[in-house]
Amino acid sequence: MAVELLKGNVALAEAAIRAGVEAYFGYPITPQTELLEHMAQRMPELGRAFVQAESELAAINMVYGAACAGARAMTSSSSPGISLMQEGFSYIAGSEVPAVVVDIMRGGPGLGNIQPSQADYFQVTRSAGHGDYHPIVLAPASVQEAIDLMVLAFDLADKYRHVVLVVADGLIGQMMEPAELPPMRPLRAERPDWALTGAQGRAPRIITSLELDAPALEEVNNRLQAKLREIREHEQRYAEQMVEDARLVVVGYGTAGRIAQTAVRQARREGMRVGLFRPITLWPFPERRLSRLADRVDAFLVVEMNAGQMLDDVRLAAGGQVPVDFYGRTGGMVPVPEEIYEAISALYRKLPDSARWGE
Amino acid sequence: MHEEIIFAGFGGQGVLFAGQLLAYTALEEGRHVTWIPSYGPEMRGGTANCTVVVSDEPIGSPVCLHPSIAVVFNNPSLEKYEPLVKPGGLLIVNQSLMVAAPQRADLEIVLVPATEIATEIGQVRATNMILFGALLARRPLVRVETVRAVLQDKLGARKAHLHEINMAALERGLAIGRPVFSE
Amino acid sequence: MMVAETVLEEQVVYARPASLRDVPTHYCPGCTHGVAHRLVAEVLDELGIRERTIGVSPVGCAVFAYKYFNTDGCEAAHGRAPAMATGIKRVRPDMVVFTYQGDGDLAAIGTGEIIHAATRGELFTTIFINNAIYGMTGGQMAPTTLPGQYTSSSPAGRDVETAGFPIRMAEVIAGLPGAAYVARRSLHNVKEIMKAKKAIRTAFKVQLAGLGFSMVELLSACPTNWSMSPPEAMRWIEEAMVPYYPLGDFKVAEGVEALLKER
Repeated sequence: MAVELLKGNVALAEAAIRAGVEAYFGYPITPQTELLEHMAQRMPELGRAFVQAESELAAINMVYGAACAGARAMTSSSSPGISLMQEGFSYIAGSEVPAVVVDIMRGGPGLGNIQPSQADYFQVTRSAGHGDYHPIVLAPASVQEAIDLMVLAFDLADKYRHVVLVVADGLIGQMMEPAELPPMRPLRAERPDWALTGAQGRAPRIITSLELDAPALEEVNNRLQAKLREIREHEQRYAEQMVEDARLVVVGYGTAGRIAQTAVRQARREGMRVGLFRPITLWPFPERRLSRLADRVDAFLVVEMNAGQMLDDVRLAAGGQVPVDFYGRTGGMVPVPEEIYEAISALYRKLPDSARWGE
Repeated sequence: MHEEIIFAGFGGQGVLFAGQLLAYTALEEGRHVTWIPSYGPEMRGGTANCTVVVSDEPIGSPVCLHPSIAVVFNNPSLEKYEPLVKPGGLLIVNQSLMVAAPQRADLEIVLVPATEIATEIGQVRATNMILFGALLARRPLVRVETVRAVLQDKLGARKAHLHEINMAALERGLAIGRPVFSE
Repeated sequence: MMVAETVLEEQVVYARPASLRDVPTHYCPGCTHGVAHRLVAEVLDELGIRERTIGVSPVGCAVFAYKYFNTDGCEAAHGRAPAMATGIKRVRPDMVVFTYQGDGDLAAIGTGEIIHAATRGELFTTIFINNAIYGMTGGQMAPTTLPGQYTSSSPAGRDVETAGFPIRMAEVIAGLPGAAYVARRSLHNVKEIMKAKKAIRTAFKVQLAGLGFSMVELLSACPTNWSMSPPEAMRWIEEAMVPYYPLGDFKVAEGVEALLKER
């Protein structure tokens, strides 16, 4: 495969195809529509299923149906559409079937706008539907990472039989950047042993999230929680730069993390010992690594394109050991490196003259 | 090398394509590059701009407050971006649609009657190539020969007939950009 | 040998279809869900498709339908069975897929899903139970509740000024080009039940022939929430429901005619 200039939304779609998606169901919404359009062209060409659904509600339930039949299925949308899909996420999680969803987040609340945003952090990490669970949430910061995480999303969905969201924003969705697509995987030949395939020569299989008996439903929840613990144990992912000697670590994911990188480099040039920590999994949040960093840095600066949502997770990971400051833009405003740099240097000036130890 | 370039104008002026052409060409020459559009709800006739970052290093932020180069296709874009260009930066202006001359003394400014020239050579839609040519004359971000090859590839067989006129437009822009501008 | 056979062979005149599981249902006395289940199961048996059928259960009284059909099955969110069935059928066109939905599920919360599935001509079959009331939640007004009908959420009777008139879904769906076969039948007496079974069989045959979307609406009894005895409920279907919801075939697309003539 060669490096080519790819638009984020198209790269996500083609990566899903290469990863072996058998069915795509979606409803147009800016700023993710190129993803749906790419699927509209490519899926029928490859003899795979594509349906433009009547709503996001229908789309996610089509995904649910296809997933029950043992197919790798996905949908994509943007914030208001993701709100509508929450019902489906919950049923999919409750039924323990795999599904992959892309959320190209936009400014809210309500209809908001179509500009880049990270305002869905709570929505996607805390539950993404009623009931007691978290979906797996992956947040790419470049077109290449969008491709890599799209492939990973299908593998994690299958491995854990769970909902996996890939969240980005219009900036990554619309950005063109050099990237390399993976080779085309063959479609899975065998159906999983839990899938609905017709009860030929075997007892019927049932896929449901309904359990009226409370003790039995508690058992279902216990099993689900055990799975989530396993995910939390094994799937925390992050990237970091220049944290080894950092007194101040900037924490940002996706677009905000990427823009912060430029500000962090500038701060380094000015002699400030600043590093960058970029969560790649938003759930499970990379709390282990961040807690260790909290043992030896003087402060964290959380940068988000919202009013402070991941901030809660950073505070929990920091455990009150170090101050956690915040810089955010809302409403679809994208921070520029200059303003993040200002926030970094303002906080850095407030740090005690020496680090707590080692200096 | 690290340049942050904003192309800005009306939808339909080929603003986004000029940026993409730079991005494709920069990739072809092995540079790191990002291209991002800024878009409004309207499909045609509204404002259009894109930011291209070309660098020898992996690119952090694909957005910037103060670009090192702005290529402005119309007067509203001139008004918006002239104050934002980094001191010492480059401002390429479509003089044909300019209402008042640029004011900054700390910028390298090139005035290009791009719409007039494009009309004169019989392809008003090549305005973007003339401005792109003027840009390359002042900042050789990519080689003209690579642009030629990439353009051929992007136009494909269906639009192959547009290749020569676009390259002619690029040459006109290069010629105008070349003389040193005296302030 | 021949003699022994003649004498001892018992003649089975009525048995549980293989497509129904040998479990008690949770339905109330006099409810016709059981009849509808049996008809679907008999058809699956007769067409020999049980082992390649996937049923999609609704939310409502038939929420546990998957426990009663002896086929693979799943449970949809309220109203979304047609979307789920679409997903299944699109990735497994070799399967026979059906949804079994009530009037709240299909004609209220899931109106969008059923209309668009029919519009796309999805190749699955819908069994639509119209009993003019919300059964599972305890007798509230349904989109199919008759004008003036008393329910717990229309205590003065359905007022068409504020609640509108009941929806005739078979007629609505019949108007969509993607629907190949749409019929309404009733379950209030044996003769109508036999007609209902024939319509259900036609609907599945339409799916097997790939002719388009198929739906059979079945007028059903809910004695519990209608506050009637089962015989009264049967009479009410005939006297109150049938005049508003006429029985018959509302859509017989090209190619379906021949199937109707088959026995």
